[in-house]
Amino acid sequence: MAILEVKDIKKSFGKTEVLKGVSFSLNEGEVLSIIGSSGSGKTTLLRCINFLETADSGKITVDGDVIFDGEDHSKKKAKETREKQLKIGLVFQQFNLFPQYNVLDNVTLAVKLKAKERPDYKQNKKQILAEIEEKALKLLSDMGLSDKIRSYPCELSGGQQQRVSIARAMALEPKILFFDEPTSALDPELTGEILKVIRELAKSNMTMVIVTHEMNFAKEVSDYIVFMDDGVIAEEGKAQEIISNPKTERLQAFLSKISD
Amino acid sequence: MFWNVTQSLMEGFGKTLEIFALTLLFALPLGLVIAFGSMSKWKPLKLVSKGLVWVIRGTPLMLQLIVIFYGPGLIGSWASQLESTNPLIQWLATWECFDRFTAVIVSFVINYACYFSEIYRGGIESIPKGQYEAGQVLGMTKSQTFFKVVLLQVIKRIIPPMSNEIITLVKDTSLARTISVYEVIWNSEIFIRTDGLLWPLFYTGLFYLIFNGLLTVVFGRIEKKLSYFKA
Repeated sequence: MAILEVKDIKKSFGKTEVLKGVSFSLNEGEVLSIIGSSGSGKTTLLRCINFLETADSGKITVDGDVIFDGEDHSKKKAKETREKQLKIGLVFQQFNLFPQYNVLDNVTLAVKLKAKERPDYKQNKKQILAEIEEKALKLLSDMGLSDKIRSYPCELSGGQQQRVSIARAMALEPKILFFDEPTSALDPELTGEILKVIRELAKSNMTMVIVTHEMNFAKEVSDYIVFMDDGVIAEEGKAQEIISNPKTERLQAFLSKISD
Repeated sequence: MFWNVTQSLMEGFGKTLEIFALTLLFALPLGLVIAFGSMSKWKPLKLVSKGLVWVIRGTPLMLQLIVIFYGPGLIGSWASQLESTNPLIQWLATWECFDRFTAVIVSFVINYACYFSEIYRGGIESIPKGQYEAGQVLGMTKSQTFFKVVLLQVIKRIIPPMSNEIITLVKDTSLARTISVYEVIWNSEIFIRTDGLLWPLFYTGLFYLIFNGLLTVVFGRIEKKLSYFKA
């Protein structure tokens, strides 16, 4: 059964229709890459799924739970939305780390705030916080950042910052992790370390949706690729196939432009 | 003589410090309220806040002092002359002048709150949207994001303009004499008039210099303390 189901998402900004009805689905443990030129709507699609924009219509289901329904106009409680938000994680293009916190605190801040809502928080405070910290340390060591836990974001390279932000998103144990062009703000020599981390995550069966410009990487790491053009999915299919053997003219044109 | 002058100036500077401290105490939080007002999505509130800031920043503090000192009393006597039964007019008829010191504090608080509010607004609006978005996707509430993530970054950014404004406040307290609240300059001027002495004025300047020097050191410390991160 699909863990993510996106149905007929539409979104306009003023008179510009950015998403003209986008549908796709993804099974647990699979990796989907979204490719397409700038302005094709891929980032808007990601932002709609992550509640950073509200879609005009459509339906989004995560793990059998409807997290967005354009037909449902009842007022949502902020808390409910937050709960749903936590099912999915997002890694930003610009990292958006919190500059005044060190690496470890960046990773644990949201988790600790969330833990305060637990009914047993007061009784087991010490234990809960220790567990959170331990888990964060494990994540950071997976990211190869064990020696940086007390550093501040301004002391890290772009690649290190992006790895911290991946650990921060993972700390909340999302069902699906989204990446918004995770390497676009990085120097070419630093993209490799991020791609390596994502590759590792894919191996551990993390369900991921990646908006990317790295065609070769998309082909290698993803199970499926969706090609967006002008607010619609112009072509989709198995990763190897779609890159090696594009069927639509638009995708052929896009791929040849990229390889230039 | 020196001892006499010192004593008199200390007394005057006590008043100066009192105005300074009370103004900060009330204007710092009130400024935040006005800042949120002028950033509000609710048009009427935004308009009122922006209008207030426009009037207060657009007119001299000296004028505001005089209006706030004499205004309420004049309105009161005008309203009581009307002998109306309208409850609003009757209520206005009960208005009296503030005492001088209260009038000074009220004017200074309103004036400085407006200046602070613009500094706050600038600071808050300069924080990249990504910080709020990161808070949101991490499941934090809006207030958690503001207090745990945004606030310290705002404070770091507004320290330099705030220290500027606060040092100006120290010097602006001398305007209190407009409505006969006697502060340090008034006291030193007495020595010119009665004893023909000029040096107490320079001595007064020293009081300001030392106090502002202290403030500069304090703000420098805060800046240094917040220099461990870049925002």
